[in-house]
Amino acid sequence: MKFLCVGCDEQMTFEERQEPGDGTFAASFSCPKCGHKVAMLANPMETQLVGALGVRIGGRTLDEQPMQLTRSSMIGREDAFEDIAPGGPGGVRWSAESEERLTRVPKFVRGMVKKIYVEWAAEHGIAEITPAVMDEARVDLGLEAM
Amino acid sequence: MSFRTYHDVAGEDRSRLYAQVVAQRERVGRRLASVRRVVAVLSGKGGVGKSHLTATLAAGLASRLEQGVGVLDADLRSPTVARLLAVSGPLRVTEDGVEPAIGTAGVRVVSTDLLLEESQPLRWREPATERFVWRGVLETGTLREFLSDVVWGTLDLLLVDLPPGADGGVDLKQMVPNLAGALVVTIPSEESRRSVARTMCSASEAGIPLLGIVENMSSYRCEDCGAQRALFDGTAGADLSEEFGVPLLARVPFTPGAGPASCDTPGLVDAFLECIR
Repeated sequence: MKFLCVGCDEQMTFEERQEPGDGTFAASFSCPKCGHKVAMLANPMETQLVGALGVRIGGRTLDEQPMQLTRSSMIGREDAFEDIAPGGPGGVRWSAESEERLTRVPKFVRGMVKKIYVEWAAEHGIAEITPAVMDEARVDLGLEAM
Repeated sequence: MSFRTYHDVAGEDRSRLYAQVVAQRERVGRRLASVRRVVAVLSGKGGVGKSHLTATLAAGLASRLEQGVGVLDADLRSPTVARLLAVSGPLRVTEDGVEPAIGTAGVRVVSTDLLLEESQPLRWREPATERFVWRGVLETGTLREFLSDVVWGTLDLLLVDLPPGADGGVDLKQMVPNLAGALVVTIPSEESRRSVARTMCSASEAGIPLLGIVENMSSYRCEDCGAQRALFDGTAGADLSEEFGVPLLARVPFTPGAGPASCDTPGLVDAFLECIR
């Protein structure tokens, strides 16, 4: 999907994405020539339908995790997966508060979610994952449900 | 006012949704590069013993194929292969992906039976309404992940046990373009013949080589006189073989209590090996 500024016939530049709630996906764009801004709002059904394809609107910033779609979408056994070496790459530490917060994530997906945070922190040169880092990563990655 | 086309606008599409879909397809290809053959096991009709036959065949082939055999249970809503091959969870997730469970005779297995709670149906978190719109999409996504995200390793053969119906094989063929072919399972009845014929037609149109037919539950052994007697009216195996020009590999008797640990169907393993060579 591309957005054109009709007046300038220029492709608009992506600026920001948000998931403001109720499953809505929002993305804002601006015209590099005249600065005109627009926002696109996808309704929850559209957002979920695209998500069901295992692709991400706004682009994928991290590699897809093993069985990411299945683990995030299927209602399954809590102990269906055993994540080996869940600390993952980068030697990132977890604060006690963030570890506690992670326990609120269903076990079915916890290992995968942990790995996503670790990879995001490593990519951003962050040595310790705190609740604030988790919040920042969630917004950046569009992981409001995690 | 006239607009340029999508491709006329030279700038990149940030979401790159199509590129993400292509990447998913490539991920399947990379994973299956170490699998010599992927063979679908299909039938148009439910209740013909397809999963039991898949498990039996996999267990029987495991000792004959040096590099090993895997079974992907694509019957996501009604999975039975895991139990038949005596595997249980949890599935280990490593950096490389999800490791399959190891079952009878060393067969590598992945099934939703390992993921779902006991006696619970296949359900999805979201959304609660209009499920029909994306249920199929999610199921296809899970099948894709079973192919691409499971560490199948080096295998001589990966059997994909498809759910009843005509579409499963076509979906699989799109995900696995070099699908070696399909093994078709029927029972002798005319109802089964009609149903399985539709599936074979569909598979054939999708370019899936039909490797052979197995007629399951062809007969049973009379406990009084010891004679083999017909369990159903009909000759669906032979009829489909003639209609589609596909070999009838075996007529499998109904044997109460027979488990897949002992493949005691005379000639089935040999006939299957012959047709995939």
